[in-house]
Amino acid sequence: MMRLRNFELSSLVWIVATLILVFLVVAPNAELLISSFRKVDTGVFTLSNYVDAFSNERRLAGFVNSLIYGVGVVFVSIIFAVPISWAIARTDMPGKGLVRATILGAFITPPYLGAIGWILLAGPNAGWINQAWAAIGGPGTLFNVYSMQGLVLVTALYSFPYIFVFTADALDRVSTELEEAANILGMGPFRIIFKITLPLVMPAILAGSIIVFLDTVALFGTPAVIALPARLNIMTLQLWQFFEFPVRAETAAAYAVPLILITVAMVGVQRLVLGRKGYVSLTGKGAGRQLVPLGRWRWPMFGFCLLVCALAVFLPFAALAQAAFSRAWGLGFSTENFTLNNFYLLFSEASSRQIIYNTFTYSAATGFVAVALALIVAYVVNRKLVPFGNVLTALCMAPLVVPGIVLAIGFYAVYAPPPLALYGTALILVLGYTTRFLPIAYANCMAGLKSLNPEMEEAARILGGSRAVAVRKVVMPLLKKSLVGSWLLVFIPASRELSTAIFLVTAKTRVISVMILDLSENGSFEVLAALGFFLLGVTILIVMVGYRLLGRDFLLRKS
Amino acid sequence: MNQPVTSPKADAASAQPRLLLDSITCVFGTYTAVEDLHLKIMPGEFISLLGPSGCGKTTTLRMIAGFIKPTAGTINLDGQQISSSVTSLPPEKRQMSMIFQSYAIWPNMTIGENVAFGLHLRKFDKATIAEKVKEVLDTVQLAHLIDRYPAELSGGQQQRVALARAIVVRPRVLLLDEPLSNLDANLREEMRFEIRRLHDAFDFTTVYVTHDQSEAMVTSDRIAVMNKGRIEQIDAPYKLYTRPQTRFVASFIGRTNLVEGTCDGADIAFDGFTMPRGIFAQEDLPERGATLLSVRPQSVKIHRSEPQAGQHCVVRGEMKQRAYLGESWDYIVAPANSSIELRVAAVPSEVFEVGETIWLELDPLQMIPVV
Ligand SMILES: Nc1ncnc2c1ncn2[C@@H]1O[C@H](COP(=O)(O)OP(=O)(O)OP(=O)(O)O)[C@@H](O)[C@H]1O
Ligand SMILES: [Mg+2]
Repeated sequence: MMRLRNFELSSLVWIVATLILVFLVVAPNAELLISSFRKVDTGVFTLSNYVDAFSNERRLAGFVNSLIYGVGVVFVSIIFAVPISWAIARTDMPGKGLVRATILGAFITPPYLGAIGWILLAGPNAGWINQAWAAIGGPGTLFNVYSMQGLVLVTALYSFPYIFVFTADALDRVSTELEEAANILGMGPFRIIFKITLPLVMPAILAGSIIVFLDTVALFGTPAVIALPARLNIMTLQLWQFFEFPVRAETAAAYAVPLILITVAMVGVQRLVLGRKGYVSLTGKGAGRQLVPLGRWRWPMFGFCLLVCALAVFLPFAALAQAAFSRAWGLGFSTENFTLNNFYLLFSEASSRQIIYNTFTYSAATGFVAVALALIVAYVVNRKLVPFGNVLTALCMAPLVVPGIVLAIGFYAVYAPPPLALYGTALILVLGYTTRFLPIAYANCMAGLKSLNPEMEEAARILGGSRAVAVRKVVMPLLKKSLVGSWLLVFIPASRELSTAIFLVTAKTRVISVMILDLSENGSFEVLAALGFFLLGVTILIVMVGYRLLGRDFLLRKS
Repeated sequence: MNQPVTSPKADAASAQPRLLLDSITCVFGTYTAVEDLHLKIMPGEFISLLGPSGCGKTTTLRMIAGFIKPTAGTINLDGQQISSSVTSLPPEKRQMSMIFQSYAIWPNMTIGENVAFGLHLRKFDKATIAEKVKEVLDTVQLAHLIDRYPAELSGGQQQRVALARAIVVRPRVLLLDEPLSNLDANLREEMRFEIRRLHDAFDFTTVYVTHDQSEAMVTSDRIAVMNKGRIEQIDAPYKLYTRPQTRFVASFIGRTNLVEGTCDGADIAFDGFTMPRGIFAQEDLPERGATLLSVRPQSVKIHRSEPQAGQHCVVRGEMKQRAYLGESWDYIVAPANSSIELRVAAVPSEVFEVGETIWLELDPLQMIPVV
């Protein structure tokens, strides 16, 4: 009797939340794993899907290419990111603000959009760079973007910000006293960088590299616009091809499993690296920061940063801008070629209006669903309301190790067929996005909750407020900033998400990212560029709102 | 404030206790934070839980509040069971209130809104709420800050807001968890009296957690001294100091000397001297065998020449060390031919030199057997 009276109604909420997690995270992945071991028609256990997936030379090449691709991108990203982060954190290089802002620009650029900018720049014949090269009488093409090198460069230009964020953060925290100590002992400034500074921030570089690697091998958009025309097979493209007629979902599942295993292993390595304290003697605030005077190297260093900025942002966006305001981008700069029609088309046609509307409503809805779910689960875990908190955390963070395209395959397999038959609905997209970005929301909500003293809430309880009252009146208002921040951090990537969407959209539920891909296939770069600018404009607006609300570092920070 | 030697309220043994903790145990994983704890608190009583860090005070308080469920045992509030190992009435239904170490003033609400929170939940009408809020803020002298936000207040003012918020709802039990530990020394002293004054004015039942003995002494009717999850002794402050029952209590409440002796029927033999057993308060002394006595530094007198013994016992000894503390001398003396060293406190005018031969006067009634 007393048991019943003391039953908290709010426990119903977490039971439901747990069920939703099972529905969103466990079901698709379990289905994927199980189907990879099942014979198509009979359903008996088999390994033949794996044999099938990896016995074909082309598919094997896709696997190997992806690994080369990932390593290459990490390598190039490090070359871009480490000198820049050192220059910004540690030296008196001029123009730091500009460089920082441009890196943020690269960070918020959807990688496929940057890649398309580079098609305009370095397409084998028509690309601006190659045309310029031919104009000054250079032999052949200077740089063909449709190649492994092109793919690597174009991807690295938009993923180096990750390594930059990690390294700059670590450099900020390494006390300069460590370097000064070496200096007193007679070590030259150049050797100090390599003997003291770099080893100290090595774990941070490594952590950033792992993220970049995982991001790269899971990437779909950039390979789709660059590797496909280059006839270069890549794992994610291969996965996509399994779904062309005849659909071979089981083989796709088997093909995807090693990708997940690699990811799990790498995340494990990252945990290990970041978890080993001792090694990282990054002790608190490095008081009395002394900037390294670069002397005559000031401007060359700035030149390097500017070059990277130009490759990542200035050049591709110049090319995209030219296209966006042209009747035909190949006709170059002239008044006859100038038009606003590309933008006009976006908003005059019902179909593209619908697509824009879809994109932002889905992303907004995803933000709300993901943040609400993340908040509930983070609360339950943080306040130890259930004994299996670790499991819930693991479930919320699990989508991190599942590439978007693989997640989409699982979603498709579970929720497309009856009885749910969600295929073609907006709901399946929102749910797919929610699952994909749940880790971001969860990590943010958790950080917010951890910074909130539980006594704040207990004070409300002891005065007679139920848990629900305490959460509504105390926890939510105090976490307002955290929640808005989480929403933004989910909304932004959701608005440009491609790899999940590509599997789950239908004619009625198309979104901007998918439309950009289609336009790129048709070669309609003018409308595409206009659409890209519109998407970026909205993103920048939202980032600015975030800055105003949450402070400068809300996006470019380690989390 | 006059300090009652024994609480008249506690004597009413027949009456219904406000709170009854019956063999409460709380285990975290494999660690036992609170073990087999009994505590009976009468209506209107002010009880302190006093003990070193980590001894389980907060855990006990949080079990009373309902934030933690005991692993074993029960808690009754006015005769009604509110906690057991099976089930626990949620905190919001206990009609208690609590003041937290961090104050836990909600920064998103004004002072007035903070204080009114509990009243709103009790469904008072607007006019009554406004009136009660004003009244309680007057009592804690914060009426002029009603529309301010907590961030604009000093630590002491925040403390008063926490007090006001907790007392405005007239709780059945008021719980305080080291409420003064974040304040500076002067303010802390002032607030002790303030808390006791409010307790008396509103006739609360109060459980106060602290690790500061003078705080507990000033405020409490009775103090429960805790150590390693257990209550060692519950008594009025005066009794706790003069009649400690355990070695831990004797050395935790004030300073003391612990002296080992052996009873052999007629006498108690110490290292280097003996005293007749007959002159001690005998109830706790064993007939025969080893015993441990607590001797307060203030209870020993030092003389230059042999004094008249009277009811006391006089022992010759030597001055070993001394330290001048301003308000008193801190001497270390040793009886002749003995390994015992006693710490003795003396007024500044009683000056002795190190190495001097002195006479110690021990009062057997202030030598308390402890276990
Ligand atoms: N949730 C918990 N899980 C595990 N151990 C706990 C938990 N809460 C408290 N403990 C342990 O129980 C013991 C008693 O803790 P408690 O907070 O009651 O001490 P305390 O007497 O209030 O100490 P302090 O004066 O430092 O506040 C401590 O050793 C603490 O580490
Ligand atoms: Mg405590």
